[in-house]
Amino acid sequence: MNPFSYSRPATEQEAFAALAEPGASALAGGTTLVDLMRLEVMRPDKVVDLSALPYAKIETRASSIMLGALASNTDVAYHPDVVAKLPALADAIRSGASGQIRNMASVSGNLLQRTRCSYFRDPASPCNKRAPGSGCAALEGFTRMHAVVGTSNDCIAAHPSDMCVALAALDAVVHLKSKAGARTVKLVEFHTLPDDHPNIESVLQPGELVTAIEVPTTPLAAKSRYVKVRDRASYAFALASAAVALDVQDGTIKDARVALGGVGTKPWREALVEQALVGQPATQATFEAAAHQALAKADTRPDNAFKVPLARRVIVRTLGLVAGGAK
Amino acid sequence: MKSVGTPIDRIDAKKKVTGTATYAADTDVTKVAHAVILTSTIAKGTITGMDLQTARHAPGVLAVLTHLDAPRVFTGKKAPGPGARILQLLQSDVVQYADQPIAVVVADTLERAQHAATQIAVRYAPEAAVATIEQALGSAYTSKAIVHGEPDSNRGNFDTGFGAAKFKLEATYQTPNENHNPMEPHATIAMWHGDELTVYDATQGIFGVRTRMSEIFGIPKDKIRVIDQFVGGGFGCKGTPWAHVALAAMAAKVVSRPVKLAITRPQMFTLVGHRPHTIQTIKIGCDAEGELTAIRHDVINETSRFDEFVEPSALQTRMLYACPNVITTHKVVKIDAPTPTFMRAPGESSGTFAIESAMDELAYMAKLDPLELRLRNYAVTDPQMAKSFSSKSLKQCYEAAAKKFGWAARKPAPRAMHDGHELVGYGMATATYPANQQPAAAKATAKPDGTFLVQAGTQDLGTGTYTVMTQLAADALEVPIDKVTFELGDSTLPETPVSGGSMTVGSVGPAVKAACEALKAKLAGTVDRSKDIVAEVKTEASKDKDLYSLHSFGAQLVEVRVDEDLGIIRVARVVSAFACGKILNPKTANNQFVGGIVWGIGMALQEDTVRDRRTGRIVTRDLADYHVPVHADIPQIDVISIDEKDDHVNAIGTKGIGEIGITGITASIANAVFHATGKRVRELPIRLDKLLG
Repeated sequence: MNPFSYSRPATEQEAFAALAEPGASALAGGTTLVDLMRLEVMRPDKVVDLSALPYAKIETRASSIMLGALASNTDVAYHPDVVAKLPALADAIRSGASGQIRNMASVSGNLLQRTRCSYFRDPASPCNKRAPGSGCAALEGFTRMHAVVGTSNDCIAAHPSDMCVALAALDAVVHLKSKAGARTVKLVEFHTLPDDHPNIESVLQPGELVTAIEVPTTPLAAKSRYVKVRDRASYAFALASAAVALDVQDGTIKDARVALGGVGTKPWREALVEQALVGQPATQATFEAAAHQALAKADTRPDNAFKVPLARRVIVRTLGLVAGGAK
Repeated sequence: MKSVGTPIDRIDAKKKVTGTATYAADTDVTKVAHAVILTSTIAKGTITGMDLQTARHAPGVLAVLTHLDAPRVFTGKKAPGPGARILQLLQSDVVQYADQPIAVVVADTLERAQHAATQIAVRYAPEAAVATIEQALGSAYTSKAIVHGEPDSNRGNFDTGFGAAKFKLEATYQTPNENHNPMEPHATIAMWHGDELTVYDATQGIFGVRTRMSEIFGIPKDKIRVIDQFVGGGFGCKGTPWAHVALAAMAAKVVSRPVKLAITRPQMFTLVGHRPHTIQTIKIGCDAEGELTAIRHDVINETSRFDEFVEPSALQTRMLYACPNVITTHKVVKIDAPTPTFMRAPGESSGTFAIESAMDELAYMAKLDPLELRLRNYAVTDPQMAKSFSSKSLKQCYEAAAKKFGWAARKPAPRAMHDGHELVGYGMATATYPANQQPAAAKATAKPDGTFLVQAGTQDLGTGTYTVMTQLAADALEVPIDKVTFELGDSTLPETPVSGGSMTVGSVGPAVKAACEALKAKLAGTVDRSKDIVAEVKTEASKDKDLYSLHSFGAQLVEVRVDEDLGIIRVARVVSAFACGKILNPKTANNQFVGGIVWGIGMALQEDTVRDRRTGRIVTRDLADYHVPVHADIPQIDVISIDEKDDHVNAIGTKGIGEIGITGITASIANAVFHATGKRVRELPIRLDKLLG
């Protein structure tokens, strides 16, 4: 591990200043940062521990739930209002990592977690995300876990989060704050595509903090579900996952939300699938036709081509669960 | 009251649960320095330069060893065979696989050693590497480096038998590279007192480590002491000493301090061996009645450029069924990768995947129940050795497992059984493992206070050696177990073999029994008990060993559930029956059987070490990328142990139980997947993408 300085700002203003410095990395639960520091993948000069900031609250408002940036994944996943009003989010978080990791991991850390691309995690391999301009070892490498949408010629690393897939489907909004003031960004616009700059992964600016994620508690969200397919029964990243919310009235789909995990370089909202659902009868035939719209422009490789049919089937399964009301 | 045969708790359970069991790296050694191994980033080539100044001047650094200045040592083999590996001990600038040791950094703390190692810049003249077996299949050749027999066998006339077969199958099966990944990674603490070396080492064989260090450093064995009182799992990768053991000793010599060297989890994939990728072709045929007329089993596995390891996957095929015409061959392909090694049931685990899958395929062709096909070809005697089995209760295993499982309810056709989204499949396979044994010695001491100390070098890999040896000793001495203390894991104690090949109990058990009986006889004529009274005995392998064929057998029955849309495979239940001679402790035995089955579930569905075909680097470098089962993957496992009396195998009638559990189980799962889905998967692991579409 590279030597680094450590600070624990007591106030937001101190944190803004500390994080604006070059070579600074924010530390919340540490489940990504410390892991990657041990691997020499991240080599921050300054580690800024945010744990003294007052961001750990989960607050239920009239039409939304505010998830404090430092609330633990466990606290969110088992919060009674989250379980009742945002079931896809509770399911998604519980399907990720392990109990121990979820106890440590924070909302903002999950939002900003780094890819699990094996080449990114091996400092001896070229990686444009880790070392800009060094190349991408994954493009022609072992790509079973890699993304099939949102890819570029410089990076095909998958976004690993389950939580973010549910948040993308549920129209979540990220609350940010810096010396310049507060702003909000839709979750689906928070992460950036790799393009020719895979080292930049979000719109978060130096010196800026995530303070909370706000999730609307709509009737749609209350009937949402998350289904994850992986290589073992727990403690594995998604091969493909889907977060789905439906508003069905008298057998007709009035509104729909569909997002995918395990397949994109960022949490992947599927607008075409949603459009294909709305106005149609809530039937298996509708679900299959709509799911077929997903990942239409997939950039697959021999190792990961299976993710396209798999993700479509996961969408169908999840739509069926939501429409059927099965628990 | 006899203790043997009763399910007593582990003698060492409390120490383990309370964290007071001292594993090698836990040993508290004064002034210990910490070493880390820097490994190559290329798979083949030459080191042309190393910038070492920054590392040498980094805080806390005591030494940086490279091929330029490391002490010269012996790296070859004194004897052929896989008992010793050719090791990379910083003796040359040649790189022969990715992540080969190229430097050792020693510092006062682990973190400082780790950091200094990152400050070394290495320049290479790289060469094109062959990273996978497929890239070099044409170079396959026959190696003699096979344990238990010759690489090839030929009985009867295969061509005639295969030609006459009514039903014939020719198919190729593959098993991938796999890594053992015990919970305790390898670790060594080495220290010198003058020309005497003491090594605390995570190993399955303290005497093997002693021999190898004696060869490498050119010092007599009696100047070397190896200690390991608890092992956190071995599974074969700790069966022979690897480079880090010698590098720790080398570093300790250079810095004149004790040195601790622990292997990192990523290094567990390259520095301590792996199960090699196998490509196995089977030709098998039977007549109209299902009687086998011919089997041919050809095995190719990868090995390193500089050493040989043969995965003996076809050995069981020689004796498993009563078939008159059988050919088996083993070949290896040299590639630019580390040397493979023994991994739980080397040969039988990978080999039963092939032969027991092929038997299942043949059963469908012949329209026979897979269990019935096996019964029609039941080998009453060993057809290859033309000898009787010392004991064999496979029929009872089939019957007991089938009854408990409810095999009779199986609908023969594939895809015939459903439950909601899930297709249901039943599969079965035969399990087998040889009853190995070697000479061993043990010492028993009667203490003046009426207690007994019984000692043998040996190891406890978490398998229960402490416990069952205590039971054997107590019974032989005719005292309660709380009067007996059993000590192991120190090369100053009586010599015993490596704890591999499921042979610890069969080798050390007879020695312990004999030593205790000798002591008892001595005590019978002794009036003065005021001093220690000692008996030490060395026992040879059973004298009947060459008269009989010695094997354990079992039946593995599984139910799998496959999500028809998503391909998700889960093993829903396992019923297994094993006949392994006498069971000393049903509780620790069950633990071994279940552990083997869990490993088999991992091997069938998950384990896969991926090596990048361009660079030779391991892609699956941690336990997030290299999957082994989690609790949620493991269903109810019912193990039936068939009582078996065997007067020939050895003096205590045991056959070994550590490895048979992983044999047959992968084929059983593959066969159940076929029964559920109609899809035959011949390459492990069986992951869901192989079932989609």
